[in-house]
Amino acid sequence: MIKQVTVFLENTKGRLAALTRALADANVNMEALTIAETSDYGLVRIICDKPVEAVAALDGAGFRAITTEVIAVVVPNRPGGLADLLEKLDALDLNIEYGYCFSAKAGEAVDVLKVSDPTRAVKAIEDAGFELAK
Amino acid sequence: MKKPQDILTAPHEELEAIQLEGIKKTVIKCYENVPFYHKLYDEAGFDPYAIESLDDLAKAPFTTKQDLRDNYPFKMFAVPQEDVREIHMSSGTTGIATVGGYTEHDLDIWGDCFARGVWYADGGPKDVMHVCYGYGLFTGGLGAHYGGVKAGCTTIPMSAGNTERQIRVLREMGSTILCCTPSYAMYLADTAIAMGLDPKKDFHLRVGIHGAEAFSDNFRAELEKKLGYKVLDVYGLTETMGPGVAIECMEQNGLHLAEDHFYAEIIDPKTGEVLPEGEWGELVLTTIDREATPVVRYRTRDITRIIPGECACGRTHRRIDRLHGRTDDMLIIRGVNVFPSQIEDVMKTFPQVSSWYQIELTRRNHLDVVTLKVEPNPDFDFDEVRAIEQLQRDISDRLKSALSVGLRVRIVEPKSIPRSEGKAVRVIDSRGDDQ
Repeated sequence: MIKQVTVFLENTKGRLAALTRALADANVNMEALTIAETSDYGLVRIICDKPVEAVAALDGAGFRAITTEVIAVVVPNRPGGLADLLEKLDALDLNIEYGYCFSAKAGEAVDVLKVSDPTRAVKAIEDAGFELAK
Repeated sequence: MKKPQDILTAPHEELEAIQLEGIKKTVIKCYENVPFYHKLYDEAGFDPYAIESLDDLAKAPFTTKQDLRDNYPFKMFAVPQEDVREIHMSSGTTGIATVGGYTEHDLDIWGDCFARGVWYADGGPKDVMHVCYGYGLFTGGLGAHYGGVKAGCTTIPMSAGNTERQIRVLREMGSTILCCTPSYAMYLADTAIAMGLDPKKDFHLRVGIHGAEAFSDNFRAELEKKLGYKVLDVYGLTETMGPGVAIECMEQNGLHLAEDHFYAEIIDPKTGEVLPEGEWGELVLTTIDREATPVVRYRTRDITRIIPGECACGRTHRRIDRLHGRTDDMLIIRGVNVFPSQIEDVMKTFPQVSSWYQIELTRRNHLDVVTLKVEPNPDFDFDEVRAIEQLQRDISDRLKSALSVGLRVRIVEPKSIPRSEGKAVRVIDSRGDDQ
């Protein structure tokens, strides 16, 4: 399990730029950033090197930010890599709330998942021979 | 020795005698000195010399805010300019400002009326009063100030703004009484807490006299919890004087009218009929001894009632209930009457959101659309869109059952709703912009 930073952001001009600048000023390095958007607001999800400091920096800059435990799995960068992983979870009736993927190195990708029952999911993922990112 | 507080426990018959005497004089003075009243009474066939009882006053026509505007700036004055010591003006956000004038005597009774809030709290020269209502044309600042001085408090004229300096003074000068709008008191408390202070320990407040805007019982409870003091509601309006027309005592069960200076009636706002004691309606005020700008049967647009029976505190002046909104800030949404305070009460049952809110009214395809903006609290887990949508739906459902009208609820970013240092802007009505 790793800590993801989630930020509640209104759909207003310049807000995302201000967010990334606040993180830059706190010397936070991001691995991944994704936005779940609705018509009124977005949820910005960030994987970074210092999640706790990132939340403190964002709070100080007037953002509403929290940390959330998510699962990060290393999957091979080839057709069917993610399908193999998700089928294992599906077989156990585990729901995925959301997920996204980012490439870390050439041969493999890292998938981030928020799952309904993380303890069971982690065990299933490890039993299936996948590597969890730390 | 006679004290100014003695009148607060005088037998009610004595107050009624003062009222009748004062009303007779006021009505005649208005008729003889203010052309507006002369014309009004002649046209209505009302005889200003024929008042024999308090009930006779109901025969007099009303005075409205529009009448005061029409006579801007000085045509409502009943004394020559050389007797006027001070001028105040209403904020005029809904049109031309209305002007109040004060003779030396008027300023004296104003101080006396506001000082009652201090006396209700057993306060006096041992108290330090911190006034951060705005000083200026707004009656809040100087009204509270005159009250503080009259009651013998060490009075600090902070005026509004510069919140960090307010907090420093509250800490360092040991203020025991805080006078400002309730929303600004909350803002002070929240800012102090954000600065790492505990206002309950770091301030020395024991009483807050808060008015100029309506606040709910929940809002009061939250203020009292954060600041560790007792909140007294104060009522008033520039058109009759300013804050101090009525103030709560420590029983916090209605606001004692200054019945030796104001005569109150409750009317049905539609028919203008005087309602029996205890019924809710519009408050109508007549000044009893005001010299510069007396008003007779002024329609306040504020909805309240006279609370029947005596107050446990032993004071004889009758109480009005806490305002149930105003007839003119009552929202009519798709034909349904809604008071902002009702919305606030529902919102406060959700710990996930803070007490700041704003109501936006727009019109789409000729239909009213109401959006309630609320801010999430720090401990609200919003990681999933579903959680936010669920909360918005839950608030909306509860509002629907409380108000019988559907509202759209929007969670917005913290601190994105403007904090006021004067009156809170709770409602933005842009329905007139619809084409």
